[in-house]
Amino acid sequence: MTDSSEGTGPDPARLYLPRRKVAFAGRRGTAVSAVSSVAVIALLVSVFFWAPGGANVRATFFSFHDMWVAFRGDPSKGLLSVGSGLITNIWMFLLSEVLVLAIGLLIAVARVSRSPVLAPFRVLATLYTDVFRGIPILLVVYIIGFGLPALSLGAISSQSPAVYGVTALTISYSAYVAEVYRAGINSVPHGQILAARSLGLTYAATMRRVVLPQAVRTVIPPLLNDFISMQKDTALVSTLGAIEATRAAQIYSSTVFNFSSYVVAALLFLVLTVPLTRYTDHLIARDRSRRLAGAS
Amino acid sequence: MSVLELRHVEKRFGEHPVLRDVSLTLEAHRVACLIGASGSGKSTLLRCANLLEPIDAGDVLLHGQSLSDPRVDPNLVRREIAMVFQSFNLFPHLSVLDNVLLGPRYALGRDRAEAESEARTLLARIGLESRAGDYPDRLSGGQQQRVAIVRSLAMRPSVLLLDEVTSALDPTLVGEVLDLLRDLATAGTTMLIATHEMAFARDVASEVLFLEEGVIVERGTPAQIFDDPQEPATRAFLRRTE
Ligand SMILES: Nc1ncnc2c1ncn2[C@@H]1O[C@H](COP(=O)(O)OP(=O)(O)O)[C@@H](O)[C@H]1O
Ligand SMILES: [Mg+2]
Repeated sequence: MTDSSEGTGPDPARLYLPRRKVAFAGRRGTAVSAVSSVAVIALLVSVFFWAPGGANVRATFFSFHDMWVAFRGDPSKGLLSVGSGLITNIWMFLLSEVLVLAIGLLIAVARVSRSPVLAPFRVLATLYTDVFRGIPILLVVYIIGFGLPALSLGAISSQSPAVYGVTALTISYSAYVAEVYRAGINSVPHGQILAARSLGLTYAATMRRVVLPQAVRTVIPPLLNDFISMQKDTALVSTLGAIEATRAAQIYSSTVFNFSSYVVAALLFLVLTVPLTRYTDHLIARDRSRRLAGAS
Repeated sequence: MSVLELRHVEKRFGEHPVLRDVSLTLEAHRVACLIGASGSGKSTLLRCANLLEPIDAGDVLLHGQSLSDPRVDPNLVRREIAMVFQSFNLFPHLSVLDNVLLGPRYALGRDRAEAESEARTLLARIGLESRAGDYPDRLSGGQQQRVAIVRSLAMRPSVLLLDEVTSALDPTLVGEVLDLLRDLATAGTTMLIATHEMAFARDVASEVLFLEEGVIVERGTPAQIFDDPQEPATRAFLRRTE
């Protein structure tokens, strides 16, 4: 009975792809993207071969020998290692990140507080974020890096360029990160605060136990984005004479007249930032799919 | 002595008066139900009673003590007056157990082990002990609201304020929450309940108060209000909700 009733219905095969395409369909996505990636990369690389100045560029920017020497450094010629320069970048941003996370949070909490006692801090915090989000980071680096030593104020004026760099990055990025935190705090539904306060929790306990844990979770991806920028901005500290990767690459290129050292420095920065970029994207995608699942 | 008392309370939002000369008295082990159209001021009344909103005139008293006395610490008052919300407002980043423990631990400063055994007993009472480790989003709306009620009970409050706690629920889940409230009423919990569930109000209330545009228009026993309302406004409202 079932058979005969099915037999009278429309033929299901009328919705099928042609047989020839069926075999291809499964692997089609992977195959197409692999072929198109190779083609695009080949096209871009070929520019270096057919462009009139191609040979020149290959020799001055992509010389493997120069890349290697720049990476290692060569003390006998006064060439500093781009690789060990990067260590300076790494500790500068690690230190700045820890400081920025703490200071940014304090500024954000001051800005959202309603308490009259904290009113002066609220004004200061607002002023701070307005000012330091408006000044180019390079200028903050100059002001701190050349200004503080000029004060001749004992220890404050006799730090290394890297320390001034960390100070400048921390000052600038704390303003950005405070705004990220503040957006997170404001995204916590008001009902959460009412529920906590009606349990008798104080304002401070409500912040600490209810608001901030939820706020921090939602702002992790934007925070990581700011950290990616900050990792790159450690290069600005080279303008103060700190010997980090960019500065070592610059010394190499002006000594040997070959720019491959910059390419090495660029590659090293990518090694640092790409994992963080990927991880941030992964978190954003995960949040998005959670939200979509929650909305259904 | 009354547990909770409102005396001639006035509340305005800007120029807009939301509560006008509201007075009510709630004795221990009694249940009062607030009924009234949406926008009549039920939520505002409950929030004023819990000092979540400042009042413009009048007074709120807890166990006969005026709460407008500047020496009164609102945080201490709220430990005694618990509140349950229409939208549950469970803390999504905490497990069911930690939701129940938050008040005892961080408002009352009790130690975890002692508070935890009590919280588990409370969860067992609503049949959710096995869900103690789950996060609220794994629970149905009815389960979430029952956890929210237990979360306020963990504070051992003198009075429980409930703001339309079944209004956000799927109709099939309303029963389990109302059953819990009936049990609490039978056990002698002092409650002030804003509700649209008239049959429930008739069952549990010792007093029903009808609120319209911030004024308590009529009050009385459930029989008086539901069977023999005196005010035309009460009659019109009850006719609309039938
Ligand atoms: N925070 C607020 N700011 C301004 N107006 C409000 C606020 N909360 C409530 N209202 C107003 O007060 C009136 C009573 O609201 P509400 O107490 O929520 O009534 P109900 O709970 O009975 O629906 C409404 O007109 C509402 O718009
Ligand atoms: Mg309401």
